[in-house]
Amino acid sequence: MSRLVVGPFNRVEGDLELTLDVEDGRVAEARVATTLYRGFEQILVGRPAGDALTIAPRICGICSVSQSLAAAAVLRELCGVQPPRNGELAANLAHAAENIADHLSHFYLFFMPDFCRAEYASKPWHGEIHKRFKAVEGSAARDMLPARARLLHIMGLIAGKWPHSLALQPGGVTRALDLGGKMRLLAILGDFRAFAEKHLFGAPLEQIAALETPEQLAAFAEGPGDFAAFLRVARDLRLDTLGRCALPLMSFGAYHTAEGALFPAGVADAAGAALPMGAIGEQVASSFFADSAEDPALSFTTPDMERAQAYSFAKAPRLDGRPAETGAVARQAVAGHKLVRALLGDARGSHVLVRVVARVLEIAAVALAAENWARALDVRESFCAASAAAVKGAGVGRIEAARGALGHWVSVERGVIRSYQIIAPTTWNFSPRDAAGVPGPLEQALVGVETGAQGAKAAAIQHVVRSFDPCMVCTAH
Amino acid sequence: MPGRGARAAIEIAGQYGDSGAMTTKRKTLLWLQAGSCGGCTMAALEQGGAGLFAELQNLGLDLLWHPSVSEATGDEVLQLFARIETGAQQLDILCVEGSILRGPNGTGRFNRLSGTQRTLLDLSRALAQHAEYCVAVGSCAAFGGIPAGDPDPTEACGLHYDGAEPGGSLDADWRSRAGLPVVNIAGCAPHPGWIVETLAALAAGDLGPDDLDALGRPLFFAGHLAHHGCSRNEFYEFKASARVLSERGCMMEHLGCKATQAIGDCNQRAWNGGGSCTHAGFACISCTSPGFEAARDTHVTPKIGGVPVGLPLDMPKAWFMTLAALSKSATPARVRQNAEADRVVVNPKRAK
Ligand code: SF4
Ligand code: SF4
Repeated sequence: MSRLVVGPFNRVEGDLELTLDVEDGRVAEARVATTLYRGFEQILVGRPAGDALTIAPRICGICSVSQSLAAAAVLRELCGVQPPRNGELAANLAHAAENIADHLSHFYLFFMPDFCRAEYASKPWHGEIHKRFKAVEGSAARDMLPARARLLHIMGLIAGKWPHSLALQPGGVTRALDLGGKMRLLAILGDFRAFAEKHLFGAPLEQIAALETPEQLAAFAEGPGDFAAFLRVARDLRLDTLGRCALPLMSFGAYHTAEGALFPAGVADAAGAALPMGAIGEQVASSFFADSAEDPALSFTTPDMERAQAYSFAKAPRLDGRPAETGAVARQAVAGHKLVRALLGDARGSHVLVRVVARVLEIAAVALAAENWARALDVRESFCAASAAAVKGAGVGRIEAARGALGHWVSVERGVIRSYQIIAPTTWNFSPRDAAGVPGPLEQALVGVETGAQGAKAAAIQHVVRSFDPCMVCTAH
Repeated sequence: MPGRGARAAIEIAGQYGDSGAMTTKRKTLLWLQAGSCGGCTMAALEQGGAGLFAELQNLGLDLLWHPSVSEATGDEVLQLFARIETGAQQLDILCVEGSILRGPNGTGRFNRLSGTQRTLLDLSRALAQHAEYCVAVGSCAAFGGIPAGDPDPTEACGLHYDGAEPGGSLDADWRSRAGLPVVNIAGCAPHPGWIVETLAALAAGDLGPDDLDALGRPLFFAGHLAHHGCSRNEFYEFKASARVLSERGCMMEHLGCKATQAIGDCNQRAWNGGGSCTHAGFACISCTSPGFEAARDTHVTPKIGGVPVGLPLDMPKAWFMTLAALSKSATPARVRQNAEADRVVVNPKRAK
């Protein structure tokens, strides 16, 4: 058996290190670590409650709006304010812009360039893929980056800027759009649709939203567009058998309006069937932190670099004592997406293919919803309800970031934050081992992956890790 | 650096003669992420009509490696760092994003380069010695930023400053090979244009010590105040103030806006196609200033005896008070009413 330490691991958000025990050319055991700790939970404690809206988004530059929305959700609970409908719709639009931008960055900048590696030079598809997706040089970035920037003009209208805005408040958003602003939103979404239909899908968004069976997906793979190109590579490399993980899939629910959530909250088993939502706790047996309560409503974060057995700055979140996977695949499984459930069911668990497919399909679903939200804005009505400062109490802000379930557990006394605990999506997915030695989702998904002659550089390892779209800066915060 | 522009022109002329094509020497760029949120990179990726990569290419910059976008991984990256340290690889511009974490106890172990036992504290210091120019991207790398917020759990600082104090992970008298202090692209996150235009100016050999303010921030944006060009300026002039968030009035009197004290051409540029902090209805938190992370009660203006504590940067208090009283008494009804509404309720029209 040999031990490989993999890092610096790039094209992920933040600092990621893998330690792999390899036996007979396959991963026997994996440990995942984040090597950066900044101490946000410590910095938030002692500040006026409302300042969470200034500090929390800065945990993460890639899901800043999600962090704002989680903080705003707690404060909303504590001050009892109800945003007007326009406020909810506008927040959904800003969130949609961020999440779609993240999904695009993941697909085009982080995930696809791995198929351009020399390791695949003999593959019949390599030439085409290399030309399109080669890191920094490929033609795809020249189409995608301007489209991403244009989509983020939604932030200019609603959030002022991105990343890191204070527009998303407990009572709604700080700027009431006028008629011109509403029309600009629709124009931006129209531009996005044009990009997605031409380059990403080669088909109308409605057709993507209607994909329901693996057979339909296979037929779609023969068509034009970047997603179809990925599907053909995935079929050749059997990405539906790579990086399998058979854990509960959890979603906190996303895009709320008076009519309910576009994607509801819940838990599904590895094949996609519904499970009850369990209790959430965080363990530190393998983390550089001192012991504290497992319940995030009661715990505090204190670094301890000397802790025996510790190997990561991430804690180990557990759902009813078990690890859980979160992300687009979980969100869509819980929401009952037929194709995602079918792909999960066939493999009795998640895998590289379904993680990527769920994410890309979501781009179409959310873009369609965003068009409806923009149309539903009533610019004669208010966008923000005035809210008093939070003085006292405890609450949880649960939302879905692009990468999955994000929760802020907060208690406030005399207007000041007493405790602030954050469990981010990648804290779940890239959790280290817990007190019982049970590995986290990625650690399980890597077991059995062939490293072959490439060792630590094996593209298969890169595919499995990046299929989760990790955000390590959120993971340990 | 006298004659900078002229020198560049001569260089161009020389090469023009040789090749018949107008080329300056291309520059290499390495980007490191230390204690960052990745937001500066996310902002930079918004720049350029054909995307950031095309923009860098056109501006004469070759990206050696960036952790978020480059193909090279693991050993390939470590070998690149080694080549820079032995001098085999020329490094023109080193960008560092994120605070330098010195903790715990000065070891830097809160931020280790994955795959190695090396800290970012050590790596960023070592590579800076080989860089012609060193650029701190964002207020974290410039001054310490949010991670340095009380109780500063990780002993965070900037490359060249610890808050407003000279000397961060690099000594106060440190200069890059080309003789410049660390160039501080302050902002949390900075405008994408601040980042790429600074890099472009360095690539063109057009940024010298005189182009920086006293805290190392490029004057092309740091020579302005965030307040300049705010869409609420008429309300400011008449001290017609918003009372709660989402009202259109000036946010200085009640809602904590610090834009009259914060550097940046924030309201003279379009953020994400046309926004800005104050345009979107929230206060400037002076994210371009060292120590902005220490502020409390973001959307409340601290006052003594009803007078805001933080007055405009270079305005004597007595003057401000007199002008404020005068302008309040002369406020047109339109301005007064619109200041306290979330939309225009009184349209402009000629006074009778
Ligand atoms: S809101 Fe801020 S930036 Fe705008 S006019 Fe008032 S003080 Fe200046
Ligand atoms: S307006 Fe103020 S808070 Fe906003 S970007 Fe400029 S300096 Fe930073």
